[in-house]
Amino acid sequence: MTATKRRPLELVCPAGTPSALRTAIEAGADAVYCGFRDETNARNFPGLNFSREEMGAAVAYARSRGAKLLIAINTYARAGDPGPWRHAVDDAAALGAHAVILADLGLLDYAAKHHSNLRLHLSVQAAAASADAINFYVDTFGVKRAVLPRVLTIDEIAAVTRHARCETETFAFGGLCVMTEGRCSLSSYATGKSPNMNGVCSPASHVSYRNDDGTLVSRLGDFTIDRSAPDQPVGYPTLCKGRFKTAIGEGHLFEEPVSLDVRTLLPALAAAGVTAIKIEGRQRSRAYIKAVVSAFRRSVDALETAGPLPLDSLAPLTEGQNVTGGAYEKTWR
Amino acid sequence: MSLTLGPVLFNWPADHWRDFYARIADEAPVDTVCVGEVVCSKRQPFFSDVLPEVIERLERGGKTVILSSLALPTLQRELRYGATLAEASQMVEANDVSILPHLAGRPHAIGPLINVYNEAAARFLAERGAARIALPPELPTSSIAAIAAAVPQATVELWAFGRVPLAISARCYHARLHGRTKDSCQFVCEKDLDGLPVDTSDGEEFLAINGVQTLSQSYCNLVVDAPLLAHCGVKALRLSPHTFDMVAVSNIFRDTLDGAREPAHAMRLLRALAPDAVFSNGFVHGTNGATYVIG
Repeated sequence: MTATKRRPLELVCPAGTPSALRTAIEAGADAVYCGFRDETNARNFPGLNFSREEMGAAVAYARSRGAKLLIAINTYARAGDPGPWRHAVDDAAALGAHAVILADLGLLDYAAKHHSNLRLHLSVQAAAASADAINFYVDTFGVKRAVLPRVLTIDEIAAVTRHARCETETFAFGGLCVMTEGRCSLSSYATGKSPNMNGVCSPASHVSYRNDDGTLVSRLGDFTIDRSAPDQPVGYPTLCKGRFKTAIGEGHLFEEPVSLDVRTLLPALAAAGVTAIKIEGRQRSRAYIKAVVSAFRRSVDALETAGPLPLDSLAPLTEGQNVTGGAYEKTWR
Repeated sequence: MSLTLGPVLFNWPADHWRDFYARIADEAPVDTVCVGEVVCSKRQPFFSDVLPEVIERLERGGKTVILSSLALPTLQRELRYGATLAEASQMVEANDVSILPHLAGRPHAIGPLINVYNEAAARFLAERGAARIALPPELPTSSIAAIAAAVPQATVELWAFGRVPLAISARCYHARLHGRTKDSCQFVCEKDLDGLPVDTSDGEEFLAINGVQTLSQSYCNLVVDAPLLAHCGVKALRLSPHTFDMVAVSNIFRDTLDGAREPAHAMRLLRALAPDAVFSNGFVHGTNGATYVIG
């Protein structure tokens, strides 16, 4: 009896704009994920995302190139005003998206009831961190794939994947939430704008800089997030990557300004049984998309041919020019 | 409007924990008391021996006891604990969806750490047996009112006093700050009975660390907003335990809800009770949670 050959890891890539979508597919993305131009998706930033017309064209283009198009509708519908979210699901189905990526119980319920043929993926924003949590969504709504929160070690991912009754997808590169996604109100506390409700975290509209005798002070809302000496690079004041003080000590209490890069862990992720790996960065440039997607394409292909894993540096494209294996390595905790 | 005492979120010594609940059982005008570890399963063994005694004492004091589940169970033993919890005779409060299948079809509570942002989610849960729904603390009154109207059969509850849980992680920030890992934490979180204050480099009071949980450093205080919340259909207010006199806090809230005390006077009393605490109520007013909105 021969063992069933594992399917190659599916490379799921971000597309914040129609041109980024083409770039990602040309660079070797198996699937791209994007959102409508409103607060129904968790990257609701000015100048990003797709009109209905652009999304229709994107679906057609992806299909012509043999790639899947996924639509993220992964914020939580506003109480008293479910229209934009339900229309987003209706339109995603009508436009022929391969799947929608949802987090909200109410919206999952709506999609399962009104679009029984629409493939549902569970967004990382649903924070399903165990097989039991995932299977609740599988049994209740027929979810076909769950994106795992970035809180699990490789061993835990393997265990979850073994017991989950659907495919799993894990983050492989890019911005790194240190708090469980979908369960973080830090941005909301400081700015009134929340990932879950408004699709933004540490929004630029609330960022300000102040010069203190050559030291650049970055602020978010009414709070100082970081200070950079004249010779230091100035990072964007993402709330959980700031420098803070306590009675015990000070520094980057939650996380350094780093990005996730799991290329060295790809064999372990493949062995853990995950179906897909996901690159973060819908708000990033086409140059970023091209470099990162190409590098991951080469890595995934090398994995399939059992060749050496190419590890060309992606550090210049990352936060703080540093990369980490994040929670996938247990020492992170 | 009824009062709920939320679960103790911090790592209190078992004796302190037991004595706290004994006094609540005897003296606090709260209707419902949630007990159990929400934040870190490593703390559970410390008070598991006194838990039955505490539950019995609270019930003898006329309180309805609710068992709170873990916020982020990932380990097999944590998930099994959730399943075991569901076999108890008391109502269980779910803080993660992994426990929901165990509670289906019997009355249960949805904790503030499950994402219920709209009426469709609330209806979905109520149809499956959620008799109580504690809403996420970041919701504005417009959302609260719409949700409460959609589930008149359920007790909609709101976070009304105490540091606000803002985030949960797999990483333990207490351990990290002390140069340790989560597995070798040596329970350093026990030093900070209200959480460890985190200030900005400019000295602004910002957050509080509680193991894998991050809270606001300010104390949510909705005593002045209580009439507005009642108008929105909120049926219960949650007071989250801290080291200052929680019996006094619950008395002040109870008197205000009963119309026996002016909200402004209640606020002055709470300020006197917790002179070092900064109060906030921004979330319900639809603005940044850190602020205190007057009016």
